[in-house]
Amino acid sequence: MNITLKVWRQKGPNSLGAMETHKMTEVSGDMSFLEMMDVLNDRLVREGKEPFAFDHDCREGICGTCSMFINGEAHGPGRNVTTCQLHMRSFKDGETIHVEPWRSAAFPVIKDLTVDRSSFDRIIQAGGYVSVNTSGDTQDANSIPIPKHDADEAFDSATCIGCGACVATCKNSSAMLFVSAKVSQLSLLPQGKTESSERVLRMVDQMDIEGFGNCTNTGACEVECPKGISLTNIARMNREFLSSTLTSK
Amino acid sequence: MLDSKIPEGPLAEKWSKHKDNIRLVNPANKRHIDIIVVGTGLAGASAAASLAEMGYNVKSLCFQDSPRRAHSIAAQGGINASKNYQNDGDSVYRLFYDTVKGGDYRSREANVHRLAEVSGSIIDQCVAQGVPFAREYGGLLDNRSFGGVQVSRTFYAKGQTGQQLLLGAYSALSRQISKGKVEMLNRHEMMDVVKIDGKARGIIARNLITGEIERHSAHAVVLCTGGYGNAFYLSTNAMGSNASAVWRAHKKGSFFANPCFTQIHPTCIPVSGHYQSKLTLMSESLRNDGRIWVPKSKSDVEAIRNGSKKAIDLKEDERDYYLERRYPAFGNLVPRDVASRAAKERCDAGYGVNKTGQAVYLDFASAFERYGKTEVLTQGIENPTHEQIINLGREVVKSKYGNLFDMYKQITDDNPYETPMMIYPAVHYTMGGLWVDYNLMTTVPGLFAAGEANFSDHGANRLGASALMQGLADGYFVLPYTIGDYLADDIRTGKIPTNSPEFDEAEKQVKDEISALINNNGDTPVDDFHRRLGLIMWNKCGMARNEKHLKEAIVEIQELRKEFYAKVRVSGSADDFNPELEKATRLADFLELGEAMCLDALTRSESCGGHFRDESQTEDGEALRDDENFTFVSAWEYTGAPSEAKLHKEPLVYDNIELKQRSYK
Amino acid sequence: MSKTGILKSSLSKKYAMAFTGLFLCLFLVGHLLGNLQLFASGPEGQSAFNEYAEFMTTNPLIKVMSYLTYASILFHVLDGFVLTLNNRKARPVKYVVEKGKLNSSWASRNMALLGTILLVFIVTHMNNFWYVMHFGEIPMVDGLKDLHTITLAFFNPQINSLAAVMTLLYVFAMISMGFHLNHGFQSAFQSLGLNHPKYTPVIKFAGTAFSVIVPAGFASLPIYLFLIQS
Repeated sequence: MNITLKVWRQKGPNSLGAMETHKMTEVSGDMSFLEMMDVLNDRLVREGKEPFAFDHDCREGICGTCSMFINGEAHGPGRNVTTCQLHMRSFKDGETIHVEPWRSAAFPVIKDLTVDRSSFDRIIQAGGYVSVNTSGDTQDANSIPIPKHDADEAFDSATCIGCGACVATCKNSSAMLFVSAKVSQLSLLPQGKTESSERVLRMVDQMDIEGFGNCTNTGACEVECPKGISLTNIARMNREFLSSTLTSK
Repeated sequence: MLDSKIPEGPLAEKWSKHKDNIRLVNPANKRHIDIIVVGTGLAGASAAASLAEMGYNVKSLCFQDSPRRAHSIAAQGGINASKNYQNDGDSVYRLFYDTVKGGDYRSREANVHRLAEVSGSIIDQCVAQGVPFAREYGGLLDNRSFGGVQVSRTFYAKGQTGQQLLLGAYSALSRQISKGKVEMLNRHEMMDVVKIDGKARGIIARNLITGEIERHSAHAVVLCTGGYGNAFYLSTNAMGSNASAVWRAHKKGSFFANPCFTQIHPTCIPVSGHYQSKLTLMSESLRNDGRIWVPKSKSDVEAIRNGSKKAIDLKEDERDYYLERRYPAFGNLVPRDVASRAAKERCDAGYGVNKTGQAVYLDFASAFERYGKTEVLTQGIENPTHEQIINLGREVVKSKYGNLFDMYKQITDDNPYETPMMIYPAVHYTMGGLWVDYNLMTTVPGLFAAGEANFSDHGANRLGASALMQGLADGYFVLPYTIGDYLADDIRTGKIPTNSPEFDEAEKQVKDEISALINNNGDTPVDDFHRRLGLIMWNKCGMARNEKHLKEAIVEIQELRKEFYAKVRVSGSADDFNPELEKATRLADFLELGEAMCLDALTRSESCGGHFRDESQTEDGEALRDDENFTFVSAWEYTGAPSEAKLHKEPLVYDNIELKQRSYK
Repeated sequence: MSKTGILKSSLSKKYAMAFTGLFLCLFLVGHLLGNLQLFASGPEGQSAFNEYAEFMTTNPLIKVMSYLTYASILFHVLDGFVLTLNNRKARPVKYVVEKGKLNSSWASRNMALLGTILLVFIVTHMNNFWYVMHFGEIPMVDGLKDLHTITLAFFNPQINSLAAVMTLLYVFAMISMGFHLNHGFQSAFQSLGLNHPKYTPVIKFAGTAFSVIVPAGFASLPIYLFLIQS
């Protein structure tokens, strides 16, 4: 099939960007979106032009590296997929496809479609862990039974891949879904419960410092999240933050 | 002379005695010692976190935009540990034995036993970190079984075990970063090792955003940079997975062990077109419930290929469940190398079921029925229809492998609940790697390698769910202790300056290489060469190898390398974020490593594990080892060119296990 | 502990929005119940409404409540304003193509716009009645200020030439309020963390019902008064 691409070109963090148009022919429906971008880049190199810089790594939907805003949606039109798992059969012959980087003050553009998401790392560093040493001399793994339901729910929250689609999608660039998923995972498990109160305060603080916007409960993040992380995580974090601020000394 | 430094004493006491006897660095001195850890996968993140926690100053590098993205994240099925929670007779010894046997008797007994000993602690550690492993209704941990073993010892978190374990290690690393004990350098790629007075004393790294070439010094350097499967271009590795760090270390004096030992994973989604950039794995855990087959008759194969018949149209007796037929004891759960070769054998014989003839079926129909029948009983449904049973069974399978089925559908546009999956083997893991001694140190003093980057534990074939085990064992429980033995000499060294001539020279060399690539007046994109290298490797150094092909491959790779330097075009600039340049420097190393792999495969004229030489097979086509001549580790020393590498042999001594022809029948 | 503090944290701003919003919902119920008396016609209706108006402006408890309401409105507006400014700042460069409608409701994306419309309406509405009741010249009937007549006259096209426009404005404002409530009601519960697989669907249903019934009730009054008098 034939496709018209309009792709964001931006030289560096402080340069102005603009959309650039490229025609693609003989696109196969079995190609992933990134493979289609590979073909475009291959052509650009052969023509002596600079290819588009975009982030990608595992290409199987789990590393969370790929990050394109395609046709007005994070990771494009599919549901529960990342850009690398989005296939060209999701588009129509002759369609015009807009490709942009994630846009958020907390995710500055590095080049073209590549953004800097280290703000997410700093939020995890603020408290997204259990303060346990790695000596291995902890208690036996089976010494605390965890209700299957809690373990499953914690797992669901833990499946967040940190891609930033929630931020990219949210009209306010809010990182609540990302932060709340980690807060939820750890507070649902007895191992993480002990410090859940300090954790939520510190992580929310860091989130605010990074310049993410506020959650206005539009629910767009949940819809666009490639891993289907639920809004109940946000509610849980709201609850935990409220009780933690009221009870912290 | 290679000294593997395996401690004396009975096998089961080697590790604990060694730990008791190795030198330690006291806490006050650790503060004055710097360690660089390259890579943030399971081995790297856990090592960096543990070393920082012990008090060392750690610098951690990853080329990805965040340490959480390392490719360990993509491991699906699970992690082994000899906890024996299932009471099925598992033990440290059995895990050790299975691993040595699975590796076709080409791994070190002492290392593997140590791995089995610490395996239980890994699970304890991960649970304590908040890793949400799958649990049973009683709240205790669940297990599943994996290929090559007869117990259920695999702990898992749906089909995302690697992700959960990596996020656990990442959280431990993040904790140390927040304490200032680890300096994290995202989007930094190691370009070379710097050696001073024969010891590794730092690295040259490239800041991938600014292009700046940086000097980092340390008292020891730890490489946890994963495997080199991307030498094949198409593999289940991530696009960025590369061998540059280990190859550069090799060129600086670290011996490279068993480079030809690559694992071809039997259950991957087949190639769909020439634009294909990577292959996707379907977890081995699927072989717990899926049955692998091809049609018995060629006419059915034809009919399926031209679309006049579908898989589900074939009756039971028209199907050849070839693994169950050939290996009744292990059936669909034979080790990976065996399953892969069996698939290749059928496809080469003309029974492949897709258009390219390179695919077999992985069928869940009988699992649907089996689970459905159990569900019917537990739910107390009377006189269920067949459809009801199947639907209930589908639900059970969905709860176990839902994400894998979704992924399959996403990629192929086929619904695996309705029709069998099509799978074909693909390059997945490399057992070879930098040669390390018992302390995980390479032949360059102060340069360590852990995880997939070293060679030590898996012999000629890795069992499923053992890579995660090894990565975390090395990072959490082995390296943090053994590194002290080396660093004990460095407590008075003081900070290593980066303005020495050695750093000058290493930096200059890196800069020269980069500018040569950038300024090369070629016209061909990097990927073009990578694809061609991949094709040579896959066809001539893949699932089956022979002398003729390997010799051809070596010449072809040498020619391709020449052509690469003559014709490659690397667009953009060196002082900027430039993914093309990253690919080019990595490919330059693969183009040398590929040759080393072929040379090693040529030298090892026996078959063992994942390394299958056509010249060395049993009457019924199984891998035939030559223990008399090849019970050793091939450790290659770089002497100026891949083809001139010098072979050193580390004899493998089996005091506790009797060497047998592996049989899964 | 918290570096940004309870009052400055982004979540606390959300709690404030939720609390004030829910309080204003309560106010709406009271206000609507009182206003529905306008459906009663004749002198009884007139005196009952005027007594209600007198009660609402003089009872000390109601006075406290009314100050709380003013404060809530003010806080809701200011907080909303700050949040909106923050949120704009969080995305300095806009998308060229953005298809929010594929993942969220129109109302949820336009709360600030809807809120602004409501603010304009509240000012107009208070100017029309509240100001007249408190500070304007107003005829007395049976010793009570005759707000009833004032109200009827306001929507009487024979007396007020702008009655039709005002009726339309009121109805438009109530539609806006419906959308605002449709998102705001259940959103407040989410912001406060009151989320439960069993009860959240109930809350969502209640929110939808509230956002239809209350604005419809309010809107019915100007329409009724306008129609019976024209």
